[in-house]
Amino acid sequence: MTATSPDRAVTARPAAQPPNYLTEGGSTLRSWLLTHDHKRIAILYALTITVFFFFGGAAAAMIRLNLVTPPGIFAADTYNRLFSIHGIVMVWFFLIPSIPNTLGNFLLPMMIGAKDLAFPRINLLSWYLFVAAGVVALFAVIAGGVDTGWTFYTPFSTMYSNSYVILAISAVFISGFSSILTGLNFIVTVHRLRAPGMTWYRLPIFVWSNYSTAIILVLATPVLAITLALLAVERLLQVGIFDPALGGDPLLFQHLFWFYSHPAVYIMILPGFGVISEVVPCFSRKPIFGYKFVAWASVSFTAVSFLVWAHHMFVAGMSVYAALVFSLLSYIIAVPSAIKVFNWTATLHKGWISFDAPMLYALGFIGLFTTGGLSGLFTANLAFDVHVTDTYFVVAHFHYIMVGGMVSAYFAGLHFWWPKITGRIYHEWWARIAALLIFVGFNLTFFPQFILGYLGMERRYHSYPPEFQFWNILSSAGASILALGYVMPLFYLTWSLYRGQRAGANPWAATGLEWTTPSPPPKHNFDKTPTVTRPPYQYRPEPEPQDAQGHA
Amino acid sequence: MPDIRPEPQYATLEQQADVAVFGMWIFLATEVLFFGGMLFAYTVYRGVYPEGFAEAGRHTKIVIGTVNTVILLTSSFVVAWAVHLAERGRGRGVAVLLGVAALLGTVFLGLKGFEYYQEWHEGLVPGLRFEETGPHAHAMELFYLLYFMMTGVHGFHVTIGIGLMATMAVRAWRGAFSSAYHTPVEITGLYWHFVDIVWIFLYPLIYLVGRSGG
Ligand code: HEM
Ligand SMILES: [Cu+2]
Repeated sequence: MTATSPDRAVTARPAAQPPNYLTEGGSTLRSWLLTHDHKRIAILYALTITVFFFFGGAAAAMIRLNLVTPPGIFAADTYNRLFSIHGIVMVWFFLIPSIPNTLGNFLLPMMIGAKDLAFPRINLLSWYLFVAAGVVALFAVIAGGVDTGWTFYTPFSTMYSNSYVILAISAVFISGFSSILTGLNFIVTVHRLRAPGMTWYRLPIFVWSNYSTAIILVLATPVLAITLALLAVERLLQVGIFDPALGGDPLLFQHLFWFYSHPAVYIMILPGFGVISEVVPCFSRKPIFGYKFVAWASVSFTAVSFLVWAHHMFVAGMSVYAALVFSLLSYIIAVPSAIKVFNWTATLHKGWISFDAPMLYALGFIGLFTTGGLSGLFTANLAFDVHVTDTYFVVAHFHYIMVGGMVSAYFAGLHFWWPKITGRIYHEWWARIAALLIFVGFNLTFFPQFILGYLGMERRYHSYPPEFQFWNILSSAGASILALGYVMPLFYLTWSLYRGQRAGANPWAATGLEWTTPSPPPKHNFDKTPTVTRPPYQYRPEPEPQDAQGHA
Repeated sequence: MPDIRPEPQYATLEQQADVAVFGMWIFLATEVLFFGGMLFAYTVYRGVYPEGFAEAGRHTKIVIGTVNTVILLTSSFVVAWAVHLAERGRGRGVAVLLGVAALLGTVFLGLKGFEYYQEWHEGLVPGLRFEETGPHAHAMELFYLLYFMMTGVHGFHVTIGIGLMATMAVRAWRGAFSSAYHTPVEITGLYWHFVDIVWIFLYPLIYLVGRSGG
């Protein structure tokens, strides 16, 4: 392993591995495609969203390529399709399922001492729904493309856009059902399947945040589903629901859409918070600061997130008073975010910090998320928002939150739990290099976009006035570094599967039930249902001594 | 009596039953929001076009609507009775009652279909055959669009409910349940009550609103 962590026990090739979820139950394709094991389903999800991530990333690369020169290389229509593919795939098929469906699926039952999720068959069903949705979406974008952007704003999407809108909407609609089922499974599992002694205040923050996410999934997604259904009906029957030309009301669409999509932003970020709250204490060797505040901050996001949707509509023709109320409410949502960031920094303070790869990703997350969050305060400010609406300032803002934040958190979690999931250790040095490249590449890509936005470059145009070119070149150069950083883990993680050292049960000397079971875990997670007697995060500055198996 | 064991992720059958019922409640919460979106749209447009909606409401078939309400309420009662018997392990009785409820559900759908048929005839189907003209035509079309969506989605739920109840009836007849294990019956009951409650909301909105105060 690494110089900074000589203490971490790594067993050198034990004679044979005990049976685990990868070997038990067979390794045929059929045994995977029909599995009810939450851990295997997590891996199915992980593989699927990786495909989507790189598909969406390829579209991003072409967008940036186009924007290197002011006239661009693609026609406007092609460009519109590209950013729609990019947005639709990234939001619906990467960001929303990323952490909950992969790491959450794998870890949530283990973290509470359960043998599986409450409804294993429904879990498998939701993966199949997700795949079906993905296939429909890919078909829609390949067959004809969609140029509405991921928001499907009416009346454009109902009247003018090409006819693959309905197909794309159906894809989102189906994936919504997948989300709802996952959320339902998580809620019931957390409520009903906790091991003896696992009280609410002993739940890891990762569980709290996935639980909160699940509530949003269950309560917000149906509204989105019905909105999309209305949209499809309007398009098919040409009856004015949303289209003003037919006597409909486009604002209704935006209200319904953002009632889902603002909370959806927290679907995309809350699980990330959960990951960071596991990684930071472990690599600072300190209990998380203010556990209860962090836990309840997750839940309060859920509540507040349902009240602020209309801040996306300041320029859409709301009354001034409504706008003021929503602007104010939006500031309130900064409070739980600030609590979180404060608690992480307080945990770091005077900690015994080691800079392993998961920690590097986590620190990157904190920096980028804070930047994104602060720029969010700008956009929640009514006057400023009117100036930067639909400019690259907004693009930079949401990429800082969603890509700098969520994707970094996903990577942090992936690296943190990789030894648990696979039983192998990856090459630490390469992982650190990738983390650094991603951080540098990210800032180089998106910081210039804040400036571009402030200078007035509008989003969703394939060309721009030549005076913006300097910052665009910078941004595109950064994007290629970022892309390199994102591709690297593909190689060193795969490599670790074949050549990596065996990890032992607890390579990071972490607390938490998932580390008390072997890596990879046995089929039903624990040989014997654990009884919990301690609160989480009982870290001490010196890691506890471990025997060769990694048992504390 | 069949020997029924809990699935591996549960410790006991009681826990399995409890989890299943809890899961159903959460599922129904999502369903409420699903209908909630349509009710929201309905409410918004009713505020925008009060006269048009009243006018459209007067074209609805109140007799069919009312009969259907009675049918659903009766079936809900029958299902509650079936669940009650299931708790006492009376498999045959459960089967008969669930069969009756499924039949009532089918009659409901039949009447609904007849109603749709009349509306088609009168040219009240938006987008496909809508023949109203006059100042309120657009509002009426919106009303009927939402009407078809809400009752259509509700009808879809009724269809699923009939399938569930028929399946449960067969299983109960074959003695699959006992006083110790009858969770599927209980869950089916919960679901059917939900379908019923949704209708209780739809009925006044569709049939009564346009007729109140003339
Ligand atoms: C290499 C990194 C990336 C680059 C260079 C990039 C670039 C862009 C650009 C130029 C746009 C179009 C903005 C506009 O004109 O409105 C965009 C939109 C968007 N991006 Fe990215 N992006 C990257 C990665 C990601 C990732 C990883 C995600 C999510 C996980 C993401 C999510 C989105 C979303 C949701 C939109 C909105 C699309 C829309 O306006 O319809 N991006 N991105
Ligand atoms: Cu928002």
